[in-house]
Amino acid sequence: MVQITIDGKKIDVPEGITILEAARRNGIYIPTLCFHPRLTYFGGCRLCIVEVKGFLRPVTACTTTVNKDMEVNTSTAELEELRKLILELILSDHPHDCMLCEKAGACTLQELAYTYGVDGFQFAGERRRYSKRDGNPFIERDLEKCILCGRCVKVCREIQGVEAIDFGYRGFKAKICTNFEEDLDCEFCGQCVQVCPTGALTGKLWARKGRQMSLREVETVCPYCGTGCNITVHVNRNEIAKVTAREDSWNEGWLCVKGRFGYRFANSPERLTVPLIRKVPRGEGAPEKVEDLFREATWEEALDLVASRLLEIKEAHGPDSIAGLSSARCTNEENYLFQKFIRAVVGTNNVDHCARL
Amino acid sequence: MAGLAAIFGSGAMTNSIREIEGMDAIFIIGSNTKESHPVIANRMIKALHRGARIVVADPRSVPMTRFAEVHLKMRPGTDVALLNGMAHVIVKEGLMNREFIEAATEGFEEWKRSIEEFTPEEVERITGVSRDDIIRAARIYGEARNAGIFYTMGITQHTCGLDNVKAIANLAILTGNIGRESTGVNPLRGQNNVQGASDAACLPNVFPGYQKVGLPEVQKKFEEAWGVKLPDSPGLTSTEMIIAAFEKRLKAMYIMGENPVVTDPNAHHTVKALETLDFLVVQDIFLTDTARLADVVLPAASAFEKEGTFTNTERKVQRVRKAIDSPGQARDDLSIIMELSRRMGYPMEYSSPRDVLREWGELWPPIQGITYERLEEEGLQWPCPDESHPGTPYLYKDGFPKGKVPFSPVSFNPPAETTDEDYPLVLTTGRNLFQYHSGTMTRQVEPIEAHCGTPYVEISPGDSRRLRIRDGAAIRIVSRRGAVTVSARITERVAEGTVFLPMHYREAAANLLTNDALDASVKIPELKVCAVRVEPVKRR
Amino acid sequence: MENNVVIRVCMGPAGIAAGGRDVLERFREALASAGLDASVKEHCSSHQVGCLGLCARDVLVEVHTDGQKHTYQYVKPDMVERIVTEHIAGGKPVSEWLVDDSFDAFYEKQVKVVLSHCGVLDPEDIDDYIASGGYEAIGRILKKCLPEMVIDEIKASGLRGRGGAGFPTGLKWELAREAAGDRKYMICNADEGDPGAFMDRAVIEGNPHAVIEGMMIGAFSIGASKGYVYIRAEYPLAVERLKLAIAQARKKGLLGKAILGTKFSFDIEIKLGAGAFVCGEETALIASIEGERGMPRSKPPFPVNRGLWQCPTVINNVETLANIPYIMRKGASWFASYGTEKSRGTKVFALTGKIRNTGLIEVPMGITLREILYDIGGGTESGKEIKAVQTGGPSGGCIPASMFDLHVDYESLAKVGSIVGSGGMIVLDEDDCMVNMARYFIQFTQAESCGKCVPCRVGTKRVLEILDRITQGRGRPDDIAKLERLCKGIKSTSLCGLGQTAPNPVLSTLKYFREEYEAHIIDKKCPARVCKALLTYWILEETCTGCGACRRACPAEAISGEKKKPHRIDPEKCIRCGMCYEVCKFSSVERE
Ligand SMILES: Cc1cc2nc3c(=O)[nH]c(=O)nc-3n(C[C@H](O)[C@H](O)[C@H](O)COP(=O)(O)O)c2cc1C
Ligand code: SF4
Ligand code: SF4
Repeated sequence: MVQITIDGKKIDVPEGITILEAARRNGIYIPTLCFHPRLTYFGGCRLCIVEVKGFLRPVTACTTTVNKDMEVNTSTAELEELRKLILELILSDHPHDCMLCEKAGACTLQELAYTYGVDGFQFAGERRRYSKRDGNPFIERDLEKCILCGRCVKVCREIQGVEAIDFGYRGFKAKICTNFEEDLDCEFCGQCVQVCPTGALTGKLWARKGRQMSLREVETVCPYCGTGCNITVHVNRNEIAKVTAREDSWNEGWLCVKGRFGYRFANSPERLTVPLIRKVPRGEGAPEKVEDLFREATWEEALDLVASRLLEIKEAHGPDSIAGLSSARCTNEENYLFQKFIRAVVGTNNVDHCARL
Repeated sequence: MAGLAAIFGSGAMTNSIREIEGMDAIFIIGSNTKESHPVIANRMIKALHRGARIVVADPRSVPMTRFAEVHLKMRPGTDVALLNGMAHVIVKEGLMNREFIEAATEGFEEWKRSIEEFTPEEVERITGVSRDDIIRAARIYGEARNAGIFYTMGITQHTCGLDNVKAIANLAILTGNIGRESTGVNPLRGQNNVQGASDAACLPNVFPGYQKVGLPEVQKKFEEAWGVKLPDSPGLTSTEMIIAAFEKRLKAMYIMGENPVVTDPNAHHTVKALETLDFLVVQDIFLTDTARLADVVLPAASAFEKEGTFTNTERKVQRVRKAIDSPGQARDDLSIIMELSRRMGYPMEYSSPRDVLREWGELWPPIQGITYERLEEEGLQWPCPDESHPGTPYLYKDGFPKGKVPFSPVSFNPPAETTDEDYPLVLTTGRNLFQYHSGTMTRQVEPIEAHCGTPYVEISPGDSRRLRIRDGAAIRIVSRRGAVTVSARITERVAEGTVFLPMHYREAAANLLTNDALDASVKIPELKVCAVRVEPVKRR
Repeated sequence: MENNVVIRVCMGPAGIAAGGRDVLERFREALASAGLDASVKEHCSSHQVGCLGLCARDVLVEVHTDGQKHTYQYVKPDMVERIVTEHIAGGKPVSEWLVDDSFDAFYEKQVKVVLSHCGVLDPEDIDDYIASGGYEAIGRILKKCLPEMVIDEIKASGLRGRGGAGFPTGLKWELAREAAGDRKYMICNADEGDPGAFMDRAVIEGNPHAVIEGMMIGAFSIGASKGYVYIRAEYPLAVERLKLAIAQARKKGLLGKAILGTKFSFDIEIKLGAGAFVCGEETALIASIEGERGMPRSKPPFPVNRGLWQCPTVINNVETLANIPYIMRKGASWFASYGTEKSRGTKVFALTGKIRNTGLIEVPMGITLREILYDIGGGTESGKEIKAVQTGGPSGGCIPASMFDLHVDYESLAKVGSIVGSGGMIVLDEDDCMVNMARYFIQFTQAESCGKCVPCRVGTKRVLEILDRITQGRGRPDDIAKLERLCKGIKSTSLCGLGQTAPNPVLSTLKYFREEYEAHIIDKKCPARVCKALLTYWILEETCTGCGACRRACPAEAISGEKKKPHRIDPEKCIRCGMCYEVCKFSSVERE
């Protein structure tokens, strides 16, 4: 532990952490845009500049580690003026269309613009223009909203190990693109979408489904593989608008393409919505169409039929002529109850699931 | 994963996913981690950036090999030889952990004799992996302080599946790589709640919590708890059920959320078997190929539409929460089972899933400390015996429940089905990144279908040249059991002499071709390896 | 006496560009056909020497006969024969082709350390370097010195980095030596991206072994066994000579394992830079060697602690390193006897712009600007007054004539808002528009910004846009205030030296030539008549002959008038292209 002074307050912090961490742990706010706690530091947005005694110019809090007796000021008039200037510069090259932007309400840039009361017209000038064509069904890319914070590049390299994108070009024309602008070779995990602080990267499926203020969030577990990532389901009325993962979840906010973009089966029109009872015998010559195979039934009728047939067969052939197969996609409680049903109600140990497959 | 349980005491992952970051060697065998468990792969990549060394053993150049220092590209079905070969090198170079062997294992000397014949030269001959690579891999694993092994179906879906698991366990105990943080043996579960379904005992030979059917004290415990006489001989496994149905020994089946027609090996056989039943109930969220065969189809709730818990591959029980209402009259499985039980004269009434978990906990102490209240914030890893217990991130910290762990000599048996003139190629099956399992869910997701919605088979450039197959051309894959037509994807990912077919596409179901020969002791069908031939489809 | 004849042809880049190879060939042929071959073969030698310094007068040829030296300037191949017959054979120098007195003045105020052997030694022959005392220092050090002793010597010499920042070299080495880590690296920065700078190229082309020896001494001091030279691919000759020099050194056992039978091992690898200015910045250079995009990283951690592949790394400039062997050979106090208290030794500058003697010069630190510009540079060619000098390239500032008594050293230049930088000096006279010059430099830095940080990427763009509109006559009254706010912000918030120094040309011109900005913005006039859009053109009735040449040349049809009668320019239509001004034979078109 070392003692440092931030804004006149003496605090003890572990050695080796950054000024930003030290400040955040002690409830001192320093604005950031490119910083992401799960990625290596970047230091590109320059918003987290602070004054450190003994340094000629401001240093970035996200990259500078604390030293014994360091004296830090996080908010002087000059620093705030510089931060304002930086925001003005970012916004001078940003489409002013928050009213249509998917990210509105959840956008760090919008939030900072609001806090600092900056619109970016002071230095109005040329804006970057890019076509929105991208040819993939998952990720919507709007490079004009990109602030080149580099988070997407880092997450793709450091977490996903894919390196599909990098910085390209120089100067004002710098942009995030594939190497030499070749075709995108991407796993569509959407990690980049998760970390993008602006509306530059969003989900294609999210479009017009609802923005932050109209969404209800439900914390649950991904329905796909056994990793069991924690996900946040964003619901608009009774429809899933998007799936994200929280940075403070054990999976650190990372998901794969299925977890992040594979939720739409729930709202599929193909879903079964009523109990069905078979009309025709099984086997060769069974018709193709569902209507010809089944008729709709009420729950009462369907459940009565199942119960009575199972009882009949148990009566006639003994409980071991019946078997139950449950699913690794059902909950613990459902599986527990299912095997209890097969064992205690039907009276057989013929119960299994697909664990082996 | 009965194999592992027989050796160590539990069949689950011994480490937590989080611990991967702390490993300094990661040995992946038969797991396409980057595509099947992408978020676990993320951890491995983080570990790599921190200096971990990665070895991948896989017949295919799966994406994870990009991060591997050594890729052991062995012939399909030769895992045992490869593992024994690595053990041979470790012993020969003195890289084993003598202290651990002394203190925690038994049967070392005998086992040591059994691996003598697996010299790098011999293993090279069997597996096709160069001896140098075998030695390098053995050193990476043997020299690491904290090494983890990861495997999935790739290992277990062979007739010699149990042997593979034993050979893996031998490696771990030989080097003392188990029972410590970031050090262990980790089977990765394919589906989200395989662990939970096993824990909850949707298994024919155990009651909840792996308590053996037939043991008098177990029978008594459950009969008292459930207030009913319980059958005391093990039931049929899922594959045996299909056989029994086919042979008319089974008359009725109740299938909840499964689609064996697409997932089980030898699909023609499965369909026939199910058609033979007197009565079939299928409860699912979509009208699957299996549901189409049912007498009654019950519409169920999806994972987004119900409350409950899932247990992930690292033994962590986590809360599932309802986000949306089910469409139409679809309802959750719990209420359906309760309705049926009432109608069948044994009412099971629970006011919520919370009560089900409580009852289960009372019957299986390792989860007794897990309550809905505690799960509100974060999941808990069993064993978690009481409400003040923090859960158990890694197993066997204090030794093994069964005392000393035995070394298990395993001999190498070639795969059940071998190639011949008529069927010269080896077919392997598995997953890809975008689709999931039988596709019931993912194939309903438009962007996934748009991106990866057509079945394909991976074939090596060499084979495709020899067979005059162009990239994207339609080809027929014929096995001794059936044939499918798919488009060819020419790629270096597969070795010459093998083809790879993803399992997700019902229109080109891999299991129309695969082999239902069973592993003698764990009853996992040989999904991974079967002999096929490939023919170009003539355009009419 | 024939056996004492030595001919040196300048084969530096400018020399080659001016036809040095042909001149050299012609000398060989002429000597042969003049019948001097039999004896010449033995006694005459034509060195391919590196840069002699006065590039403007290339091809320069030195003829040494009997301890006498004569230097010819502007030598063309067809002049060779006469030099050979009259001078070498006849003993009478061709006086009208010899350099004049100003040529000697050019050298008088200079002190050559780094360049002392450039133009003298054959850069493609290691034995030449060894014969001149090369590799003697490293030999002695390896046998007799501890690394700490070398570091102390360099510290005592007061040598500071010549790559721009002027960081004390001895201290840098000491920090790297003390940094924890078993692998360390020594990097030579030969990226030289400043437009107009070519001193590093001249050193490598002229004396590559000095750089190698400097790296060896540095590597020994910090404990590195691997070195890199990061050099721009656009310097093919330098790369070639460096490769050759490294190969020769390896052959002699000066690079490789167990050098000179000691425990010291060191080898050098060449990395080619793709020509991005920012790759000369040390952390970007490291990223580039690591195979990543050349983007600067935040400091701290400094490279001496965590540099290449996270290992302690020293990065030194070519010129810095080339000083090292001479310091170790002649001693710290010899070196420290040149220069000022805080800036010791000599510095190479590249003189360009409105100056008679353009080219490389090496002067002791502390010399005044006036001495450089007038005594060495010889003032302007046109005789016009020098208005200002821009030092330090695009990262530097403009110093007005009123300050020419300023001493050239790190502190003094910084005080007036400029830098020593890599040593570029662009001389400006009354025909140069300061606003336009600032615009030119900002355009360069903007295009070269790596794009990582906001103030540099967007800020310099906005500065450029404002300067663009000022020079196009669309300046607004609050533009100066905006420029100042932007420039100060960019300076204090940019991540790396590129952004931090990019506003210097603007800030310094705003400080010393504010009236030029105001003239552009308020009066819509460019005092130097450079900014085309601000000129007005009119025709003098008195001298206009009505020939109609201007009318025909005007692309905007802005000129009218009857034949043989005075013409008129319609200011509404005029697009200020200046065509009429160019074509008028009677100087009747005026502009302001
Ligand atoms: C934009 C930029 C470009 C630079 N280019 C060069 C260069 O071309 N050559 C060089 O030696 N130093 C260059 N530097 C300075 C280096 O970062 C570094 O300070 C220097 O190489 C250290 O060597 P020295 O201590 O010997 O001067 C540059 C700095 C910046 C900010
Ligand atoms: S796309 Fe988003 S994450 Fe990527 S650099 Fe731009 S703003 Fe940052
Ligand atoms: S100051 Fe400019 S060149 Fe330097 S890091 Fe920032 S954007 Fe890149």
